[in-house]
Amino acid sequence: MKQYIRWLVGTIIILGVLYIVLFQALPILLYPDLPFVGFFRRCFYVLLLSAVLCLIRVALGPTAADRAVAVDILGVLIVGFCAILNIPTSRGWYMDIAIAWALQSFIATIALAKYLEGRDLDE
Amino acid sequence: MSDAVGMVFIGIGLLFDLLGCIGLVRMPDVYNRLQAATKCVTFGTCSIMFGTFLIVGLCSTGVKALLCIVFVALTAPVSAHALARAAHRAGVKLWEKSVIDTYEQESAQK
Repeated sequence: MKQYIRWLVGTIIILGVLYIVLFQALPILLYPDLPFVGFFRRCFYVLLLSAVLCLIRVALGPTAADRAVAVDILGVLIVGFCAILNIPTSRGWYMDIAIAWALQSFIATIALAKYLEGRDLDE
Repeated sequence: MSDAVGMVFIGIGLLFDLLGCIGLVRMPDVYNRLQAATKCVTFGTCSIMFGTFLIVGLCSTGVKALLCIVFVALTAPVSAHALARAAHRAGVKLWEKSVIDTYEQESAQK
């Protein structure tokens, strides 16, 4: 019974935040001269909500492995974030940032895994 | 036309990203969190990239988006596998309601 109440409260919180994000959101001040409206503004805020959930897991993860997993997921999210910012601003270098971030996040995660395992980096 | 199809792909990718991150917060264990988040977020980001390619067309940015799909789809499972093995060797306990741990059994046999 208690876990059903917890699930209900969590569902209500997530749906409420999603409603605010999709329909009541503030305008973006990142590029004030561009018409940053409609679909892409909602994309921006939904990805921001996902990143905040990842940071919650980084903050309260019990072990170091939880934090490593959350940082890995955050890196993949930022790649998608750069791809979405590419379209309404029409600045092509965001995709270069996405490729560089994908490769760098992979190398960082492998190094973290080697460190957690307790071995040297050249094995 | 291709704008609408690209927006549909981006919407699917956003849905998968959001559900993967909710799974990252909700699941009880390192391994459950890893398998809930990695698959959803990898597919979601690949879908966002493909939608971007459909919207911007076959220019340099679109080709970079296709290249980035290949990078993400190749590197994300490798890093997830390395993290899972590292967590198991570092001695992170499974959830208490977990049923079986075949990696532990096989490494005990050797």
